Amino acid sequence: MANKISDETIEYVGILAKLELSEQEQQDAKADMEKMLDYIDTLNELDTSDVEPMSHVFPINNVFREDVVTNGNQMEETLANAPLRGGDCFKVPKTIG
Amino acid sequence: MSKQYETVIGLEVHIELATKTKIFCGCSTEFGGAPNVHTCPVCTGMPGSLPVLNKQVVDHALAIGLATNCHITRVCKFDRKNYFYPDNPQNYQISQLYLPIARDGWVEIETGGVKKKVRIHEMHMEEDAGKLVHDEWDDTSLVDYNRSGVPLVEIVSEPDMRSAEEVIAYLEKLRHIVQYLGASDCKLQEGSMRADVNLSVREIGSDAFGTRTEMKNLNSFKAITHAIEGERERQIELLEEGKQVVQETRRWDDNKESSHAMRSKEDAKDYRYFPEPDLVPVMIDDEWIARVKAREPEFRTAKLARYQKEYGISQVDAEILTESRNMAELFEAATALCKKPKKVANWLMVETMRLMKEHDMEPQDLRFSPENLAGLIEMTDKGTVNSSVAKEVFEHVFLENVDPQAYVKEHGLATVNDEDALRKTLEEVIAANPQAVADYKGGKEKALGALVGQTMKAMKGKANPGRINELLREML
Amino acid sequence: MDILSLSAVELGKKIKAGEISAMEATQATLAQIEKEEPRIHGYVTVDAQGALKQAEEIQGKIERGELTGPLAGVPAAIKDNICIKGRLTTCSSKILSNYKPTYTAEAVEHLQDAGAIILGKTNMDEFAMGSTTETSYFGPTMNPHNVGHVPGGSSGGSCAAVAARECYYSLGSDTGGSIRQPSSFCGVVGLKPTYGTVSRYGLVAYGSSLDQIGPITKNVEDCAAVLTAIASWDKKDSTSVKREDYDFMGSLKADVKGLRVGIPADYFTEGLNKEVAEAIRAAANVLKEQGAVVEEFNLSLVKYAIPAYYVIASAEASSNLERFDGVKYGYRAKDYEGLHNMYKKTRSEGFGAEVKRRIMLGSFVLSSGYYDAYYLKALRTKALIKAAFDKAFENYDIILAPAAPTTAPELGKSLGDPLKMYLSDIYTVSVNLAGLPGLSIPVGKDEKGLPIGMQLIGDHFQEKTLLRAAYTYERVTGKEAR
Repeated sequence: MANKISDETIEYVGILAKLELSEQEQQDAKADMEKMLDYIDTLNELDTSDVEPMSHVFPINNVFREDVVTNGNQMEETLANAPLRGGDCFKVPKTIG
Repeated sequence: MSKQYETVIGLEVHIELATKTKIFCGCSTEFGGAPNVHTCPVCTGMPGSLPVLNKQVVDHALAIGLATNCHITRVCKFDRKNYFYPDNPQNYQISQLYLPIARDGWVEIETGGVKKKVRIHEMHMEEDAGKLVHDEWDDTSLVDYNRSGVPLVEIVSEPDMRSAEEVIAYLEKLRHIVQYLGASDCKLQEGSMRADVNLSVREIGSDAFGTRTEMKNLNSFKAITHAIEGERERQIELLEEGKQVVQETRRWDDNKESSHAMRSKEDAKDYRYFPEPDLVPVMIDDEWIARVKAREPEFRTAKLARYQKEYGISQVDAEILTESRNMAELFEAATALCKKPKKVANWLMVETMRLMKEHDMEPQDLRFSPENLAGLIEMTDKGTVNSSVAKEVFEHVFLENVDPQAYVKEHGLATVNDEDALRKTLEEVIAANPQAVADYKGGKEKALGALVGQTMKAMKGKANPGRINELLREML
Repeated sequence: MDILSLSAVELGKKIKAGEISAMEATQATLAQIEKEEPRIHGYVTVDAQGALKQAEEIQGKIERGELTGPLAGVPAAIKDNICIKGRLTTCSSKILSNYKPTYTAEAVEHLQDAGAIILGKTNMDEFAMGSTTETSYFGPTMNPHNVGHVPGGSSGGSCAAVAARECYYSLGSDTGGSIRQPSSFCGVVGLKPTYGTVSRYGLVAYGSSLDQIGPITKNVEDCAAVLTAIASWDKKDSTSVKREDYDFMGSLKADVKGLRVGIPADYFTEGLNKEVAEAIRAAANVLKEQGAVVEEFNLSLVKYAIPAYYVIASAEASSNLERFDGVKYGYRAKDYEGLHNMYKKTRSEGFGAEVKRRIMLGSFVLSSGYYDAYYLKALRTKALIKAAFDKAFENYDIILAPAAPTTAPELGKSLGDPLKMYLSDIYTVSVNLAGLPGLSIPVGKDEKGLPIGMQLIGDHFQEKTLLRAAYTYERVTGKEAR
């Protein structure tokens, strides 16, 4: 049952998670993930074929807001922590060429 | 080209819903204004903030789902769609994948007199992204989150369309349904309605689908038509050369009138959807559905048929009058008051349209009441005002919704029907224009027109030109 | 009189009676912080000036009769993943090391309304991921009972600060045991309320379906008082639950006659330290002597809770932590080429090893092709675990268990083997999966003098039963953190 994680998988997950791992970190991540997945695989001992996946513990539903404007101009607050500000916007490296 | 090809098209249509506030926070959805003024911790993804669903969004989505003959998902849920992009402040979009609000619907379209059903695969609610403005000079982009969190529905069709014409008909159909419901203004050029085109080609007679591409950034019917034609040709060319069509997303460039592939190793297209833990399920019961159904208006297709049958309005005119629900309702209400459908139609199609164009207004911006339009029609019919005065009065009805009766009275615009006063004025005009009188008597019919004009001028337009004509002939 | 040895409620009473001023209490606590911080490092930030200013204002309100509650004028500390407007809220991470929220968490607003004096923000495992407070970007917190040992985690700073009398009470957060386990290690009382009882609005999310804010206090009475202050039905948190009871002070009766207490026999296995096991059984005996009906039973599914928990928590965390990208707030890498490189560098430099490990795992289990096998499987296991608890609560009012299998480990001994560290959450994570309330109360010490905590688990909304049992134990034994 031992899980094998390939270099490609680690690289792929790095792209999804936007993490750039060093060579050493990649090898560590592979080992960690293999170990964790082996452990997680113990869940397969359980027969859950008749069990519905449970996201919320309580059967709460229909929690709504009314369609009423409650927020005023919060531009300065929104931008207060910006690492790089351009005018009244957040500034980022160019998105499309 | 040796083989005959057929184009297979499915659409993903995004529609911005007409709510006052965003889908998950109390920020205004108002257009314009400075960047980031309509933002708060929720719609900018501040740590610790949480979404709360706007009920009006569900109401609108439900109405659209019902009007497009969908099955409503009685317990629908939200999911997170994870991808990194700066216009998406949380780097996940709250959307619906596993249990969207509506599924398996259809709308009927008509092209070249042929009717056809286009099936709807599913429709879901989601949040819009912010806006990116690109600075060409220093290789940066600027992010404005005013649009972030504006509610959308995405309507995904089955690949049932075969031409640009059918695509446009389908979009028009959706637009009319959604506008009639008051759920969105559906303006393609302003982005409140957006269509992504999924297109593949196959040999005619084949049952299998070809490899499809998805085209984005189509902001007008013209762009959609050109993009479909261009992509069809590109794919056929590839196949004719024995090459493969690559499944990819392509971006339409309006200036270049062509599309290019959006390819990046960083766009893995693996959205890792999972149920949104911060929101609870939406339960839609029979009562809620009945409530939304009860508010459903008579849709355009029904009105088109009824106008021709009930009011004797032509197909072409009916199409103009029903282009928007507001215009159609004005027509119906004014007609109910004055019982003169053709005259009401005429005022709406000629003067109203002219003034709308002049003032750059949309049908939903019309503010005058049917009572005032009907009142003006009555006044013209009775001869209380002549047609040129009526047009002048209508301009004020159109802009300020004035009561035409009161307005005419206040400004002394009523036609003068006092025979003595008219004769007195005519005598003066005749005396003052001996040449014209002589010309008329000499057989020049045109000269009479000049005299009528002089009389109208003297009476400040408040006379009935027909009566002046009669009296003049009599007096000369 | 030693001001610092008072409980929060006792101090509140004396302030109200005019025997001590809020200013005196604040000054005494700040002096204690100055004295103890070099040894403990419980805080990320201490705002002495701000605290003194609050003390002055609050003293005035108390004197004018505008503040009458039991916590008015009492100095408190807040875990650094709970937002306070204008004050650094770092989650003990480099990526948020300069972040000042523009709004205050609902739970903190309730404390402020109750007249709390907020001294500062407490240290924690980075983004609450860890069991030792050693993954903090700002360095570890030490256990006040023995500074060679960890305080537990992730709310290690909050628990250590209470134990070291650097505040009268604190708020922590608990996703898989992060209040109960460090409370046990530090010898204080910690409660994780029923999911939905305390608003999560303003709590920087780790595992959204599991996270709850809760009180960390010197004794059970304080615990009830703080819970009463922070519990609320909040419309800003869609998962907030409207409860019938919001006053928990009435539960403070030393009476457990007829209370049905179940001890899961399957918790007392080889992994459990002998001294801890003995202390828990002795504590159970105390309740039995007071008239409780104590029985052993099999809870079942015990070993599946941790794998299910790590799948769900990591998956949610991988998504919750996507927002830290250098665009809107927090750290941004200095040098980068283009957008995606900026994302990657910022996140790789900004997050520590444990956070990256969980983000990688979470992203993997949600990725195409693995969602059903891992994520849905874990959600199904969660349903089974909840059902097992439901069954247990048909027979028992309370489940009595250890809070952790051992006492506090030595500093530097845990992070080398993550899986082993995760296993120490074995008695706490299932409570989060099932959304139940759980309370940890000190019941003794091991031979090294390190505290041992007993965990009491109740059915949904049964905090009062937990508080009553814990209060009874405390009254009978006289064991309180002072």
